[in-house]
Order: sequence, then C-alpha cells, then structure tokens
Amino acid sequence: MHRRLFPVLSGLSLCFFLVAPVLIVGAPYESTMGLVQKIFYFHFPAWMAMFLAIFILGISSGVYLFRRKPAADRLAVAAAELAVVFGLMGLITGPLWGIKAWGVWWQWDARLTMAVVLELILVAYLLLRQYGGAGSDRLAAGLGLFAMANVPFLYISTEIWRTVHPRTSVVPTLPVDFGVPLWWSLVGFIVLCLALLSLRCRLEEQRAMLDQLYLAVEEE
Amino acid sequence: MCEKRRFSVVGLGLVVLLLISGDILGAAQPTEAAQDGFVPMGEIPPEDQLPAAPLLVAAYAIVWALAIGYLWTIWRRLAEVEKELADVARRVEERESVPENG
Repeated sequence: MHRRLFPVLSGLSLCFFLVAPVLIVGAPYESTMGLVQKIFYFHFPAWMAMFLAIFILGISSGVYLFRRKPAADRLAVAAAELAVVFGLMGLITGPLWGIKAWGVWWQWDARLTMAVVLELILVAYLLLRQYGGAGSDRLAAGLGLFAMANVPFLYISTEIWRTVHPRTSVVPTLPVDFGVPLWWSLVGFIVLCLALLSLRCRLEEQRAMLDQLYLAVEEE
Repeated sequence: MCEKRRFSVVGLGLVVLLLISGDILGAAQPTEAAQDGFVPMGEIPPEDQLPAAPLLVAAYAIVWALAIGYLWTIWRRLAEVEKELADVARRVEERESVPENG
C-alpha cells in the first residue's frame, strides 16, 4: 500500500510547495514586523505537521500498548522520527524570526521552553528505540503517549502565560490575504508529512521482514 | 557528628541553590522599566535594524534542506535494507534448493 501511497502524496505536496512561494510573495507585509513575518508561513505549518506526527505517535503507541499490534509499533517509530524533523524546522525558523522581531534569538518563555522539552522527549523516544534493548518498545510506547499529552499544553501555553510569543488564537482570525498562503502551506506540510510517513513506514516494514527472514534462517 | 555535618552541608547547598535560582528567576522576569522601554520595530534607526531578507531566505532554505535531507536518509536506509533483504532471501532459496538437487 505504501508503495502506491508515497508517489501520490509526494506529487501532491510538490504541487502545494510549487504554488506556495507565489502566494507567500503576494501576501501583504505585516505592519509591525515587515518582511520577516513571512517566515510564519513555514514556521506555523511545520509545528502543525509536528503535532500531527505526535498524535499519530501517541495513538499508535496506545494501540501497541493495549492491543500488541506490531504494525502500530512500526507506525509509532516512523511518526516519532518525523515529529523530530518537523520540530527541528520549527525550532530553527523560530529564532530566525525572533532575532528580527524581538531582537533576541531565544527567550526562555513557556512556549519556547515547552517546545524544546517536547523535542527532547521525542529524541529520548528515538534513543530508547535505538539503544533500549529488549522490552524498550513498551517503555517507548508509554513515552509516546506522554509526548502526545504534552501537545495541548504546548498549544495553549501562549494563552495561559503571556510572553513575547504571539498567541495561537490569532491564527483563525487572520485576514484573508494572510490566511490563504498560511492554510495553503499548512495543507502542503500535512501532505508532505503523510508522504514521508508512508515512506518511513515502508522502511520499518522492510526491516521487520528482514528480521523474520533472519529468524527463519537461524531456525533452519 | 558526621551526620550533622552532612545535614549542614546539604542545608547550605539548598540555601545557595535557592539564592541562585531566585537570582535567575529575577533576571528572567522583565522589569517594568524594561517593558516601558520597548521600542517598536519601525522606530529603530535603519543602521540598528537587521536585514530581514537573509533571515527569511535562511529559514526557507533550512526547511527545504531538512525535508530533502531527511527524504534522502530514508531512501538510503531503504536501499540498504532492501539489498540485505534480497541477499538473505537468495541465501534462503539456495539452502532450500540444495536438498532437492542432492
């Protein structure tokens, strides 16, 4: 299934990303931040793609913990890796925007600190899967659920603690000129996330097949 | 006696830790004067302003580099696993065919 899914999704995301620059260039300048605000059109979607990957990680971890389905575990590993990649995009583009808009690369405010902690939890998940040995899959599944539980707190953090970071609640109220490139990029990132997920799942399936073959050879 | 000394060292450590954390927290909170002293971007003299274009280009370039780099790592790993899979499958087939021929 993944073999057919990847070309379709990657082609679709390419279409979105070919049109996105045109929409972003055509979007008006924000009155206080000017040109640098246009980082927002990739920064916000990268975080949303990360959240999607984390929800997939959390749900599939739950399925693996309670139903013991190996396919769910493979999906969780793939989603965790993707969440780290999209999280890195957000963590790098944020300071590039911040240095111009705030005058500093970084602020240890609630939103940014929670974002770093979430990224570290995901890195811990991958390290656990890589070096944890036998039984680490179940422990990692618990960590995956914990990562998912963090997402709502991260999302509403700017509403609870007012800091330099803009509120997330401004996003649905954006004027159309700002909203169209943002939603377009968001769909592009979501499709890209799903495309990469399908390919990464294929890698996990091939690895599982290889393990089974090795077991079969050893049994003989 | 030794235990008393240990407790006092731990206590002293805790006090120092509290003092340091108080200092750090105090420094992290913006003072009222600092908040009043905020200058909007448009009012900063041009020579003090950072150019926005390189930051914007860097942000987009990094996102693309990460996406393409990650895609490349998946392809590379997939190619390695598929090669190994083909090798093992061939070995299994060879083993299975030996008794038949013999």
